[in-house]
Amino acid sequence: MDFGTIIDAAFSAAFGPQAIVFALAAIGLNVHFGYTGLLNFGQAGFMSIAAFGLAVTVVTWDLPFWLGIIVGMIAAVILALILGVPTLRLRADYLAIVTIATSEILRLVFGAVEFKDTFGGSNGLTGFVRPYQNLNPYGGGIDLGIVSFSRNDLWSITVGWSLVALCCLLVWAVMRSPWGRVLKSIREDEDAVRSLGKNVFAYKMQALVLGGLFGGLAGIFHILKQGSAVPTDFNTTFTFYAYAALLIGGAARVLGPVVGSMIFWFLIAGIGSFFSEATKGSSPVIPDWIMTSDQSSLIRLILLGLGLMLLMIFRPQGIFGDRREIAIDGR
Amino acid sequence: MAAELSDARAALAGVSNEPGAPKPDPIITGSNITRTFGGLKAVDVEKIEIQRGVITALIGPNGAGKTTLFNLLTGFDEPDSGQWAFNGTELGKVPAFKVARLGMVRTFQLTKVLAKLTVIENMRLGATGQRGEKFFSAIFKSLWSSQEDANTKRADDLLARFKLDAKREDFAGSLSGGQRKLLEMARALMVDPELIMLDEPMAGVNPALKQSLLGHVKSLRDEGRTVLFVEHDMDMVRDISDWVIVMAQGQIVAEGTPQSVMADQRVIDAYLGAHHDTDITEIDVEDLEAEADAELDAEEKKA
Repeated sequence: MDFGTIIDAAFSAAFGPQAIVFALAAIGLNVHFGYTGLLNFGQAGFMSIAAFGLAVTVVTWDLPFWLGIIVGMIAAVILALILGVPTLRLRADYLAIVTIATSEILRLVFGAVEFKDTFGGSNGLTGFVRPYQNLNPYGGGIDLGIVSFSRNDLWSITVGWSLVALCCLLVWAVMRSPWGRVLKSIREDEDAVRSLGKNVFAYKMQALVLGGLFGGLAGIFHILKQGSAVPTDFNTTFTFYAYAALLIGGAARVLGPVVGSMIFWFLIAGIGSFFSEATKGSSPVIPDWIMTSDQSSLIRLILLGLGLMLLMIFRPQGIFGDRREIAIDGR
Repeated sequence: MAAELSDARAALAGVSNEPGAPKPDPIITGSNITRTFGGLKAVDVEKIEIQRGVITALIGPNGAGKTTLFNLLTGFDEPDSGQWAFNGTELGKVPAFKVARLGMVRTFQLTKVLAKLTVIENMRLGATGQRGEKFFSAIFKSLWSSQEDANTKRADDLLARFKLDAKREDFAGSLSGGQRKLLEMARALMVDPELIMLDEPMAGVNPALKQSLLGHVKSLRDEGRTVLFVEHDMDMVRDISDWVIVMAQGQIVAEGTPQSVMADQRVIDAYLGAHHDTDITEIDVEDLEAEADAELDAEEKKA
């Protein structure tokens, strides 16, 4: 049992690139769900379409990297528009169904054998990441004692947390404004907003696009930090982990998704590493008849589910939330 | 202002008491408006005109189609047929938010306050033409802060007028039912509407608050606004309305001044009941029983 390994795993997950991907995706969901009340269950779709927008532009079409970034972001915007036009006039649950279906369709299309020439099939695409890595100013990795990062990770962390900071700044700026007030009002009661002369549909669409852009940014960052765009990465679990991160931190709070994502990955990596260490070797701390090392990787998800349940019962507003707001729901 | 007001009322004096009677200066005109839900014809209004600058009450039994008519007029529901216009502007197929921008703002029977926003934020939302409600100017506070201050000032004045100023920073969800009605009315005024449509403003409001609500509704008229309201409380109807429209089973069955409508046999049959003017505790039970017995005897004799 090596506690150093456990601590290193927990901290490098919490501050590393993985947490950044989920923080960005959750910031998008916060705009959708937390502020506007739009149930987007397909954030993975926004991520995958932007990711493949970049990868296809650079690898398949052999066009410049920066154009790929723009194509990816535009693709996310177009996806938001396509999803929004038919569903935003309907009740909230329709958007949930349509988004989850769309994200699955996109994942299956990107992984389909028929489109192997364009999207690379189930192996996905690689070889688009060099311009990004060439910008890396660091000479080597960093070792802070309890946690260490490789040279590539250090660069990703620098870029990623800067992006997160910029996104948070933007969310903070617009949510304190009258524009943000309209979104929050739509979450509360869209008919009331309509009766006061606001074009509810247009605002929901703007929110869907803005949150989708953050999702697209998360997808692009995801494939940049790992150097490959693989369709199976963008399954629905991705979306629901991002929701978990958002709820842990507290919805409708600027920093909620960011801190939530860090805590989520700290726990999931820390607990996973703890059980893998505890079941390792010839005489493990936890004996074989309780848990084998094969089972240890699953127990973290069981505990995570339990933890989320307890959070919903005892602190439904998340870490940054305001208890009084939740209390109003009970009326 | 006062002269104008009595002018508006005087103009109504010559209006006939027939359903759909034309008004001298209508703010709303509508014809052949129908709406069916399955087999039920919820609204079937041949002709309706609402006079400008007065308080018009829309009364009728439950299920008479009053709220449905409200929804149709304000664009919250689409009729099966019919035309209607506000200030001469045709409103068929015009979405609800545009109707509100034209100056025709409604409230709801079940109040729709924005529970997790503070009272003052609820009020600020009502202001129209806000620069900060556009995404790109929203990012920069300097572009909208002066307008926001002006709106806040106006909101504070309205809150003071509706005696909600003490609740300014509370969540709207923590208000009582009556306070929510007040907030909704005040918020609608932030739009500065020409016509304000109140759906059961007195429902669930305690008697003390009722008096001040009555005063507020009257003050809306005195400011030169037109008020159309749905109400079951006959005291309120009698007290403040200048004109009453009676609906039953989707149709307008009678119109007139409060006094004439309440004396109208059709209205009494459809809505009020024979003893509407008597306090229920004063009705002599024995008299009633004797009356019923006499009717029964007559029936038996016929058979």
